[in-house]
Amino acid sequence: MGCLVRVKDLPKYALKDWEVGKVKEIISKYKNDKNSVIPVLREIQQSIGFLPIDVQRMVADKLKVPEKDIYGVVTFYSFFSMVPKGKYDIRVCMGTACYVKGGGKILSKIKKELGIEPGQTTRNRKYSLQINRCLGACGIAPVVVVNDKILQKVNPKKIMDIIYSYD
Amino acid sequence: MNKKAIKEEQITISINGIKINGSPGQTILEVALENDIFIPHLCYDPRINIQGACRLCLVEIEGFREAVPSCITKISQGLKIKTDTDHIRNLIKLNLELIVSDHPLDCLTCESCGNCELQDLAYLYDIDQNRFRGEVHPKKVFEDNPFIIRDNEKCILCGRCVRICDNLIGANAIGYAGRGFDCEIIPAFEQSLKDTDCIFCGNCISTCPVGALQAKPYLKKARAWETKKIQTTCPYCGVGCQINLHVKNNKIVNITSDVGKNINKGSLCVKGKFGLDFVHDSKRLTSPLKKRDGKFEKISWTNAMGSISSKLKEIIKNHGPDSIGILSSAKCTNEENFLLSRFARATIGTNNIDHCARLCHASTITGLIPTFGSGAMTNSFEDIKDSDAVIVIGSNTTEAHPVISYELINQVIEHNLKLIVIDPRKIPLTKYAYIHLQQKPGTDIAVLLGLMNVIYENDLHDTEYIDKRTENFENFINSFKEYSPEKVEQLSGVIKDDLIEAAKVYGSAKTASIFYSMGITQHTCGTENVISVANLAMMGGNVGKKGGGVNPLRGQNNVQGACDLGALPNVYSGYQYVEDNEIREKFEKEWGKKLPPKKGLTVTEMIDGALSGKIKVLYIMGENPMLSDPDILHVAQGLKNLDLLVVQDIFITETGEFADFILPSACFAEKNGTFTNTDRRIQRVNKALNPPGEAMEDWKIICRLSEKLGYNMGYSSVSEIMDEIAKVTPIYAGINYKRLNASPLQWPCTGKDHPGTDILHAKNFARGKGRFMPVEFSLPAENPDKKYPYILTTGRILYHFHTRTMTGKSEFLNLIAPMALAHINEEDGRDLNIKDGEKIRLETRRGKIEAVAKVDGNIKKGVVFIPFHFAESPANKLTNPVLDPKAKIPEYKACAVSISKV
Repeated sequence: MGCLVRVKDLPKYALKDWEVGKVKEIISKYKNDKNSVIPVLREIQQSIGFLPIDVQRMVADKLKVPEKDIYGVVTFYSFFSMVPKGKYDIRVCMGTACYVKGGGKILSKIKKELGIEPGQTTRNRKYSLQINRCLGACGIAPVVVVNDKILQKVNPKKIMDIIYSYD
Repeated sequence: MNKKAIKEEQITISINGIKINGSPGQTILEVALENDIFIPHLCYDPRINIQGACRLCLVEIEGFREAVPSCITKISQGLKIKTDTDHIRNLIKLNLELIVSDHPLDCLTCESCGNCELQDLAYLYDIDQNRFRGEVHPKKVFEDNPFIIRDNEKCILCGRCVRICDNLIGANAIGYAGRGFDCEIIPAFEQSLKDTDCIFCGNCISTCPVGALQAKPYLKKARAWETKKIQTTCPYCGVGCQINLHVKNNKIVNITSDVGKNINKGSLCVKGKFGLDFVHDSKRLTSPLKKRDGKFEKISWTNAMGSISSKLKEIIKNHGPDSIGILSSAKCTNEENFLLSRFARATIGTNNIDHCARLCHASTITGLIPTFGSGAMTNSFEDIKDSDAVIVIGSNTTEAHPVISYELINQVIEHNLKLIVIDPRKIPLTKYAYIHLQQKPGTDIAVLLGLMNVIYENDLHDTEYIDKRTENFENFINSFKEYSPEKVEQLSGVIKDDLIEAAKVYGSAKTASIFYSMGITQHTCGTENVISVANLAMMGGNVGKKGGGVNPLRGQNNVQGACDLGALPNVYSGYQYVEDNEIREKFEKEWGKKLPPKKGLTVTEMIDGALSGKIKVLYIMGENPMLSDPDILHVAQGLKNLDLLVVQDIFITETGEFADFILPSACFAEKNGTFTNTDRRIQRVNKALNPPGEAMEDWKIICRLSEKLGYNMGYSSVSEIMDEIAKVTPIYAGINYKRLNASPLQWPCTGKDHPGTDILHAKNFARGKGRFMPVEFSLPAENPDKKYPYILTTGRILYHFHTRTMTGKSEFLNLIAPMALAHINEEDGRDLNIKDGEKIRLETRRGKIEAVAKVDGNIKKGVVFIPFHFAESPANKLTNPVLDPKAKIPEYKACAVSISKV
C-alpha cells in the first residue's frame, strides 16, 4: 500500500536559489490564479522533481489557497511527490490485472534490488520507486513505467536488467 | 425554519404514511428531523451546507427505483417516503458495518462513550461484531496544543469538522490528506494546530459524531451519564450564546452547546468553550474582607454589613446622598442591575449610578436616539442570512464577537454575501471581505460621508423610503457633497476606487446592514460617527426591514440589560427619564420613597468627583475601572482619595486592591436571573453550582445591605424582581420567567401576549420619522506630532476578555495568549529597527508601558494597536481621557504615541 507519507520521514532539503526562482516563475505564469493549483504543482514537480513543504507553502501563499488544501492535493495524487525523485522514476502498476499477472513479484524484486520502499529514492538519487493503481493498460499487464517509457508484459527476472540498461 | 415561507407555499409529503408539511427548498431529512421522525445520519450538521457523504440517511420513495439519500433530496409535492423498510434497514446496516470495520471498538475507555452517534446507531442496528475484518491502517494522534485532541484512529472521515472549519469558522486549519484507506484529516504538513490559523473555537469537537475530537481540558473528568446538564447564558461577550454546563460534584466538567438550537446554533468560541475555569479558581473570594493597616482580613457578613451601613449612614448625614457614587455591572443580571438602580435611587437617594456602557456604547445611545428614537441593535442575528451586503465598521468581529463572525463568514462562503470591512487593521474578517477600506484611525466620518456622496451621485439612494419614512434629507445633502472620493482619500487614506466600489455595493444591494462596534463609538466624535452610520443606513432605505438595519455589537454579556434596567444616571429602567415628573412619581409610588429629581453623574465624572472631593464613597459591583477607564493613574488617585470604597466582586481585582471592604459574590454559574444580549434578547441564566464559601448572589447582598440601611426591598426570588421590572418598564412589560423558560424574548415586549420584536422601526421609527442629521468631520483630539509620531489604537483579542478578571485565571487561555502584543506595521518596524518578538516601550503624554512587538503587514503604517486586557501592559495608562461632549465616552481609539526599543 502507498501509505500516507509521514512528514518526519521526509528528507531534509534546503531549496536552492534556482529552484526558488523557478517556482516563483511558474506561479506568476499562472497569474496567481486560485484555480490553477494542479497545473502549477504539476509544472513545479516536473521542473524541480518534487514538491517539498516549503514549495507548497509558497504556492498556498501566492495562490491564496489554504495550505491544507495544497497539502491535500499533493498527498492525494500519486504523481505528486514530497520526496525528490530519482533520475529514473520507476512506477509499478498494482492494479487488479497487473497484480494478478505478477505485479507483486516485480515490486518485491525491485525493492530488494534497490533497497528502497515505495515512496523512497535511492541515496544517490538515481532511482525512485512508486506504486500505481491501474494505468488503464491491462491488456499489456504487468506494466512498469520508467520515466515516460512504458514496459509491457514484464518478467520479474528481467526487470532489473532493463532498468539498469537505461543508465 | 422561516415561518413566513411556510405560510406562503406549502409542500405536503407523506413519511411512513403520515402527512407532513414542509416548505420549498427543504430536504427530506430536514423535514423529517423537524417532525421528530428518525432517519440516521452521520455527516449532516445544520450549521453548514449539506455534503451527502455518509450514505446513512437512505429512504425509499414510491416510484423511485433506488433508495435515495434523504439529505440531498429536496421535497416535492406528494412524495411518498418510507424510512423503515427491511430493504432500507439492510442498506443502512451494511454501511454502518463498513464504517465500524475501520473503527476501534474501545468504547470502554472512549471519552465519547454515551455521547457517540456511531455507538447509538450501532446499538439501534445491532452491530455487535466486525463482519469485514481487513488490513489495519495506523493513524496519527495530534495533541500538541492546549485545547483539542485529534485521534484519527477513531475518525470516520465524515468531513464535518473540515467543513465547519472552512465554511463556518473560516480558519481552514484542517483538511484531508492522502486517499483511500490512508486518508486522514490533519493540519497541513502535520503541523501543530498552533501553527495554523486555528482559533481553538472547539466547533470541530461540537460536530464530531464520534470520539475522534476531544476537548483536552475536559478529558477524564466524567462519564456522559454522570453529569447534570444545565443550560445557561455565556458570561463573556454580548452575543449571548447558550451553553450547557455539565456538572459533577459541584464542578463544571464539560461545556457544550446544543447544535442547531438557540441563537448560536451550537457554535461557541474559545472563551465560552474553554475559558470558564475561573469559576473554580482558588483565588475566588469566599468571605467578606475588610482592609486593616493595608491588609485584607476576613470578617463575617454581619460585621461587614454593619460596618458598611453605619459608615454610609454617617456620610449621607454629613455630605448628603449625592456624595455617593455607584457603579453597576454589565456582567451582572438584569435583576441585579434593576436592584442596584433601586438601591441607589431609593435606599441611598442619589442618581449617581452608571456602568461601563459609558465606556463602550454611550455614543450609540446619544447618536441613535435623535436619529431613530431607540439606541439598540435594530435587527436580529438571524437576519444576517437575509442581507445581500453587510458593512462591518470599527468591529473586529472575529475576536470580539466570534460567533457573529462565523455567521458572516458562512454567509460569504455558502450564500454569496458581499462583505465590506472598514477598519484600520487587516482584521481576520478581511480575508472574506469583498472590499476592505483601510482608513486612518479617527477618520470614519470622512469615509462614511464619502460613501454617502458616491451613493447620492450615482442615484443609488432609496428616494421613496427617504420621502415616506424620514425627514430633513434636503438639509442634509450639503453635508456630504464636498466629500468627493479624492478628498476622502486625502483625509483617510482610503483608495478612492475602493470607496466608490464599496458605495456601489452597499447602495445597490437589495437589503444591506451595518454592524459596528467600539471603533465607531470610542472617539470624541463618537456620537457623530454613530449618526453618520444611521444616515447612511437611512439613505439606503435599510432601516426597519429584515436583513437591514444598524447593528451596534455590545461588548459585555449584559451591557444591553444594564442599560435597559436603569443603571444609568439619567434614566430608570426602560429609558424613562428621571427628570420627567410623571415617571418619577410612578417609581416613587412603586418603591414607596421620595426619589431625587436631578440626573446623576457618569462614571468618568464620578472619578473626577472622587479626585475633587465631591464624591466620598464609591460602591462598585463587578467592575474594574482601575484597568478599564482611560488614564488609570488619574483613576488611582481618585480611588485613594475616597472615604469609603466598597467592591463587590468574585476576585480581588485591580480596583479591589484599593477597597476598604470587598464582598464576595456568586458568579454567573452560581445564580439565577436573566441577561439581555446585543440583539435585545432576554435569556435565562440558570444556577448550576453552589457559590464557594460564603459568597452570595449580588442581588441578595444588595437586599441585605438595603435592609441594614432601613429600607426593606422585600424580594424572595429573582422571578419576583422580574415581575416588578415588567410592572414599571413598558419595553419589558410582557416578560416573565414562565415565558422565558420556554424561549427567549426580544424587547420591546409590551404585554403578556406580545411576541417580542425582532426588527425595530419596522413600520415607523421609534421617534416617528427617521431624522437625517448633518455632521462635520473632525480629527481626533490628539494627533501625531514630532514627539509622538504614531497613532495608538486599542482593542480586544480573542483569547481575553476586558480586564482579564475572568480569562486571566484560565490556565488554557493563558497558554495561548500570555501577554500583550503591540501590533506594528512592518515598514515602521524597519524604520525603528524593531523586529517581531522584541520588547518595546510605548509612551504618550499620560504615561508609558512596555509590551512585546508583533510586526506584520496587518496594520496600517503609522498606527500601533495594543489590547487593553493586560495589567502588566496597561493600555489605559496611555489613552486619552478626553470625552465625547454628548456621550461622555472617552477616546480610546486614537491618541498620539511614540515607540522605542527597550
